[in-house]
Amino acid sequence: MVNTHYGDLHVLKNVNYRLDQGEIVCLLGGNASGKTTTMKTIMGIVRPTSGSVIYEGEAIEGLATVERVKRGIAPVLEARRLFPRMTVFENLEMGAYTRKKGAEFDQDLDRVYSLFPRVKERRDQVSGTLSGGEQQMVAIGRALMARPRLICMDEPSMGLSPLYVEQTFDIIQEINRQGVSIFMVEQNAAMALLIANRAYVLQTGQVILSGSAAELRENETVREAYLGEMQGGH
Amino acid sequence: MTPFDLLLQQLINGLSLGAMYALLALGFTIVYGILELINFSHFNVFMVGSFIAMGVLHLFGIEGQSVLLHGLPLVGVLLVVLVVTMIACGFLGVIIERFALRPLRGVKGPMAMITTIGVSYILSNVVLLTQGANEKNYPNPIPHWSFYIGGINGARITVFQILIWVISTLLMGGLFWFVQRSRLGKAMRATAQDPDAALMMGVEVNRVIMTAFFMGSALAGAAGLIFSLYYNFTSFGIGFSAGLRAFTAAVLGGIGNIPGAMVGGIIIGLIESLAGQYIAVKWADVIIFSILVLVLICRPAGLFGRLAPTKS
Ligand SMILES: Nc1ncnc2c1ncn2[C@@H]1O[C@H](COP(=O)(O)OP(=O)(O)OP(=O)(O)O)[C@@H](O)[C@H]1O
Ligand SMILES: [Mg+2]
Repeated sequence: MVNTHYGDLHVLKNVNYRLDQGEIVCLLGGNASGKTTTMKTIMGIVRPTSGSVIYEGEAIEGLATVERVKRGIAPVLEARRLFPRMTVFENLEMGAYTRKKGAEFDQDLDRVYSLFPRVKERRDQVSGTLSGGEQQMVAIGRALMARPRLICMDEPSMGLSPLYVEQTFDIIQEINRQGVSIFMVEQNAAMALLIANRAYVLQTGQVILSGSAAELRENETVREAYLGEMQGGH
Repeated sequence: MTPFDLLLQQLINGLSLGAMYALLALGFTIVYGILELINFSHFNVFMVGSFIAMGVLHLFGIEGQSVLLHGLPLVGVLLVVLVVTMIACGFLGVIIERFALRPLRGVKGPMAMITTIGVSYILSNVVLLTQGANEKNYPNPIPHWSFYIGGINGARITVFQILIWVISTLLMGGLFWFVQRSRLGKAMRATAQDPDAALMMGVEVNRVIMTAFFMGSALAGAAGLIFSLYYNFTSFGIGFSAGLRAFTAAVLGGIGNIPGAMVGGIIIGLIESLAGQYIAVKWADVIIFSILVLVLICRPAGLFGRLAPTKS
């Protein structure tokens, strides 16, 4: 049961999430419901006021962010958050910051380049001048460079055209098949529930629903609030 | 001297002074880039550097301008003095950050900046009380050889000016290499551009900040030594006017922008010596700071427009 505050503001109220190895778990919720705060609590940017964050059997809520990154948790941040005046390649290097350069680095670079040939083409471009879709590829590539076992993604579909959204979700699935667990915050419930194993619905800091993705796709509340009547077909 | 020689002479002098201002301006810009903090204690780290270097020169038995060295001993002594001064100032900067500024990290408002003013006063008063108020004749072992451009009546370049250019080019080149190429340097740039994202890449932000203070303060030490060798004196009060000019240089170049601080320093040095020649020395500050005001009005982000880093 995690609680997180910003000053007096109680943002996460007794939330409880679970993600098993190899899963894609999706967190749905409207604006200001606490999705990003959940991400920050996992990454250690904010500390929970009570409760525990357990990763691979170990309580990590007291650990510094660096230690969490070293244990294999990597973020894809809301709105990408690339280092705008660094090149694409330097951004990828920053993803591997806690690791030594060498054969493993080169392997990971190859993996990123084969998932995103476009990133390879653009590797010397200053990342602030990339298109939004390209930036998202670099952001995901940067997370992969940490050789993570868990990637936390905050709204990977934000600001992408439908075609890009589809491609991005395909890639997320591909990464997951390569053995990386995915915790994904999304507003695009229709797409997210198609690739997720399970999902949680967060409303003003409380989990109001949870279950398998298939169950949630059928759920009335979810269909009304997040899928919309028009998109709810199956 | 012909008018042309005079101009050339002032350009040579301006480039020398400018290199010194550039070294000092870099410390403001590096720290600002990462913390958005204007570090006024930097003024007096520079001044302390001048005194530390004087102490080391005395240890080598160099007093006043009567003991001149040549060749290898000259290079050796200057190198030792420079390295010791830079390391000592670097640690001074790290101590200031660790004990005066880190406890205030994340506190909103001008608290940290005011603390740097306090630290600045502490430094200048400690030096005042231990070293006295009078200006001190600075030990200088560098011979007064010169090269003349276009005959004995032409513009003159002294050995010391050449030394200034060599040392500052090496130091600034080294800094540039470090920031562009080394792992910690890249972490520094990343932290300046997006501190939270850098943190989530696993950057140890405290180490980055310490490095920034170390490097900025070490460069200030080098500038302190150069300043005093140039003017042949030091005093507890030298930090203020030189520091303010260097700060102006950093703002001119776009504070936070490393190449901008280098160019800004050169510009300030040139303005100072040209104004001294063609207007009057006492008007140099009026001109420098008028240009600062003009630049800030017309181009708030500095000549080389670097947007301030966005902090979340
Ligand atoms: N650093 C902060 N300080 C104070 N309040 C904050 C801070 N960050 C977020 N909040 C508040 O916490 C609440 C939850 O924010 P959060 O960013 O987690 O929402 P979200 O679910 O990610 O929303 P969105 O879909 O708009 O990204 C909001 O009301 C927000 O204003
Ligand atoms: Mg959010």
